[in-house]
Amino acid sequence: MVMEIVCPAGTPAAMRAAVSAGAHTVYCGFADETNARNFPGLNFGRNEMREGIAFAHAHGSQVLIAINTFPRAGDEGPWHRAVADAQSCGANAVILADIGLLDYAARHHPDLRRHLSVQAAAANADMINFYADTFGVKRVVLPRVLSVPEIAAINAETAVETEVFVFGGLCVMAEGRCSLSSYATGLSPNMNGVCSPASHVDYHNDNGVLDARLGGYTIHRVQKDKPAPYPTLCKGCFSTTDKTGHLFEDPVSLNAEQLIPQLQKAGVTALKIEGRQRSRSYVAQVVRNFRAAVDALEAGQPMPEGMLARLSEGQAMTTGAYKKTWR
Amino acid sequence: MDLTVGPNQFFWSADRWAAFYDDLAAAPVNRVVLGELVCSKRLPFFQDRIPDAISTLLTAGKEVALTSLALVTLKRERKQTAELIGMGVEVEVNDLTALAHLPQGTAFSVGPLVNVYNEGALAWLAARGATRVCLPPELPLTSVATLAKAGADLRVMIEVWGHGRLPLAISGRCYHARMHNRTKDNCQFACEDDPDGLDVRTLEGQPFLAMNGVQTLSDSYACVAYQIDALQDAGVRALRLSPQSNGFGAVCGLYRQLLDGQKTPAQVTDAICQLDANARLSDGFLTGDRGVDWSGSRT
Repeated sequence: MVMEIVCPAGTPAAMRAAVSAGAHTVYCGFADETNARNFPGLNFGRNEMREGIAFAHAHGSQVLIAINTFPRAGDEGPWHRAVADAQSCGANAVILADIGLLDYAARHHPDLRRHLSVQAAAANADMINFYADTFGVKRVVLPRVLSVPEIAAINAETAVETEVFVFGGLCVMAEGRCSLSSYATGLSPNMNGVCSPASHVDYHNDNGVLDARLGGYTIHRVQKDKPAPYPTLCKGCFSTTDKTGHLFEDPVSLNAEQLIPQLQKAGVTALKIEGRQRSRSYVAQVVRNFRAAVDALEAGQPMPEGMLARLSEGQAMTTGAYKKTWR
Repeated sequence: MDLTVGPNQFFWSADRWAAFYDDLAAAPVNRVVLGELVCSKRLPFFQDRIPDAISTLLTAGKEVALTSLALVTLKRERKQTAELIGMGVEVEVNDLTALAHLPQGTAFSVGPLVNVYNEGALAWLAARGATRVCLPPELPLTSVATLAKAGADLRVMIEVWGHGRLPLAISGRCYHARMHNRTKDNCQFACEDDPDGLDVRTLEGQPFLAMNGVQTLSDSYACVAYQIDALQDAGVRALRLSPQSNGFGAVCGLYRQLLDGQKTPAQVTDAICQLDANARLSDGFLTGDRGVDWSGSRT
């Protein structure tokens, strides 16, 4: 069976672009704190969601709604409503991370298909099967800490479908288990759906040197004529007594396009593209390329080479944890 | 309020590890959670000392629990997690993998690395057998209060991170190994040189984080001394103190005296800073704008 391409859509326009470019599946979120890309100007109102899903379904594509932040104590209502509205809007599945919300969805919306978000960081077959047995999870988005042979071993031990990230931003830490951003800025992926938020970024210019700061901490320093990477915390430049550099990760993004045949052999069902904050033209281009790759694979033809390098905005690419030496 | 000692997050020699728990038998704490939380490669170095430590602590009248590993990916780690169940003491779940092995109806506790952000998650864990939950450190006081109230109804004791470097992130990658241009599989145990983690500064020399193998911690030591009244009012039943290599017995004593009204928050924080003149304190996750913030400087 052809591998499923799961594409991001931050706006209705991006959803139409992804569907038209050949996305088998699109994932998106409501415009509030219930999803992990809670950026200004992004995501879907209820009517936009209903119309977007109708458009996708009319073109043979599926839509998944990410409700993958952790509901706030004393205020779980917005998350519960998001699950109910996802069902009434016609979503094919919801992507959840919180055990309380999984339990709620399983009890109140048993017919709504449930996927386990990468934010749940389910990194082995025992845990994945536990989520399947307990909450009826049908698919898991694997955390970006696993090598390809480890993914194959998981698939050999579970009937749950696996979805893996193949392109875009790369978390270095286990997802859903990182408070670096709230330590420095007060806003976190788990609680607010943001990481290293732009509201806390400032650039400081001094004697031909440009500092990029997050929450007052200098994360990058470059000569003024050089491009300054966005100050994402885990990809910053830091010092210990012995060494100065990108101690956690270089400012790289993930590109696993050349690993697609291996991921298929490892039993992976779906390939996920990160980037709900990206433009529709970016989304369309990435979707077209990945669709061409899986179609070529299905037809027994060689993979197109290096097709996406130009989309990385000059950033270096990595295959991340899929190769064991990354660790 | 009870005092719980969390699992040591760092890589200490087996002798240092065993001596730490011997000393802890005399400390004024109610409960000790021990075992390996951060990296499965460390466990073989002190695993055979665990039964003696458990026995010493039980004899001293402490409650004892064993932690599960924070991130379980390898077959060996799954086996280690499954074997925790048969050790004869309660398991503190720090990754849901441990729950997969725990028979339904077995009582267990939940550590700060499991995401318990709301009443729904707490109620589900309580129904599954949780009797005590140490909340994730990033929760604000308003959430802590809501969960402490829900915990009282569910008969789950709510504990809060009280003292020590904050566990901010866990990764598949070992940063100590990376710093020495090694991979995790060939790490040569670089983390053993840093018994409290390795200080990570910004390019301007600002203290910021601490590196501990696959774990990233805060530079600052969390300290809830100024929040004790608010936590007590909220119904929090225990504070967690996280092991550090120097003066930990004194830290336990200071928090006990604070809870017993024998010392003021200012006296406690002064004494903590005297133990380590370079220690920076924080309590911002509870009440500040950012986790790193410290209310002591405002008082």
